[in-house]
Amino acid sequence: MTLASDDKPRWTRKHLLSLEELSADEIRVILDQADAFKEVSTRSIKKVPALRGRVVVNAFFEDSTRTRTSFALAAQRLSADVIDFSEKTSSTNKGETLIDTARNIEAMGVDVIVVRHGAAGSAHYLARTVKCSVVNAGDGAHEHPTQGLLDVYTMRERFGKIEGLKVAIVGDIANSRVARSNLWALNKLGAEVILVGPPTLLSRSFEQLGARVVHDFDSIIGEVDVINMLRVQFERVKSSQFPSVREFTRLFGLTWDRFQRCKKDVFIMHPGPMNRGIEIQSDIADGPQSGILQQVTNGLSVRMAVLYLVTSLG
Amino acid sequence: MRTQYDADDVKRAIAALVDQIAVTFSHDKPLGIIGIRTRGEVLAQRLTQLLKARGFARIERGTLDITLYRDDLSEIGPKPLVRPTAVDFDLAGMPILLVDDVLFTGRSIRAALTALADFGRPAVIRLLVLADRGGRELPIQADLVGLTLKDVPREHRVNVRLKETDQVDEIVVEPRNT
Repeated sequence: MTLASDDKPRWTRKHLLSLEELSADEIRVILDQADAFKEVSTRSIKKVPALRGRVVVNAFFEDSTRTRTSFALAAQRLSADVIDFSEKTSSTNKGETLIDTARNIEAMGVDVIVVRHGAAGSAHYLARTVKCSVVNAGDGAHEHPTQGLLDVYTMRERFGKIEGLKVAIVGDIANSRVARSNLWALNKLGAEVILVGPPTLLSRSFEQLGARVVHDFDSIIGEVDVINMLRVQFERVKSSQFPSVREFTRLFGLTWDRFQRCKKDVFIMHPGPMNRGIEIQSDIADGPQSGILQQVTNGLSVRMAVLYLVTSLG
Repeated sequence: MRTQYDADDVKRAIAALVDQIAVTFSHDKPLGIIGIRTRGEVLAQRLTQLLKARGFARIERGTLDITLYRDDLSEIGPKPLVRPTAVDFDLAGMPILLVDDVLFTGRSIRAALTALADFGRPAVIRLLVLADRGGRELPIQADLVGLTLKDVPREHRVNVRLKETDQVDEIVVEPRNT
């Protein structure tokens, strides 16, 4: 066993707003911290006192089951107190609602606001408005940094490293914050990213972000190490951009036929919630090469690491 | 005040500690040895090796990172990064030897005891340190001590360096920030 000498802290951020703004080293710090926190969840008493007396607010203006639960449990495992604040956004005055809410929340003396909001940039906006830490849990189609982190964490766990991996992200790229956060993290850590989807949901402009853009899923199916299937977001897709569901499944679904043409050790991922039978066939999602439940488990460790780090500046 | 202890001093201190362990614990019963990161872990490794050579056949070894349990987390400015804890055996009912390099204020040990309680209820916990430099701020004392350093000024550091992490075995008492 090798022993590292004492690490000097290299984390200097009060907020986690996007992966675009992080360096590769900063992403590695989070992933390594997540490694350390993973052990906590294996103990008989799954709790450490690191954030005792701190308050974390879950402010979700959009629906979420897994992310909200995951953040709440992560905060509780660190002994923080957790408040849940959920409200559907009024479409007319998103900005005002967010400011009012933030001020109210801040008046309660909180340390971290975990925010999900339908407007891109809302987490950045909030971070400029409040004094406490802000963690972005999804802002419109912009970013979902903890999902990107838990995805690369799960890939790193599976393959030992990210560098040199070929990762396909498939589906409705245009509307996907998960795709953007994954793209940033994977690029920074040295993976090759191939974005796959219909031209209406995946424009060539993504090439400027450092990805290969492909409209024919079958053309790359045999060369990738990881396939990350995105959820078809019926609530976001405008009908004119979106083919029929049957056509989508035929062209971009992970069917049994396509799966059999994949690399032997291909790793299948999905951020959830899944539309079984639409973007992914059920028995592939539940099969031995699926990392979908590991993603959920790892999400907890990653979020513990993020909450610890953003409050670590003293 | 002596400020320099070389590799031979460290070797003698560790040998003395092994003798003390041999009279404190029985070699034919289970014994858990848990080192506090970073140098306590190295010491625990060495002690385990030496004890196995002396007939201790049922040793389990673990490593504790106490960062999350420190009572000064909100006061020390930037928090240190957390490194993995690895205690892969059941502590319940076991005698445990807790190992650290230097005993000073006692706060690390307080944190380690709190952490251990989350893993189970050992039969007994004994504390072993390579060097006791005095200066306690809590009612905590070591059961087994390699070296007792006298009259070390509070503002001085006692740096234990071990080959595995620092390429050299030595203990140096020096002013901070040198």
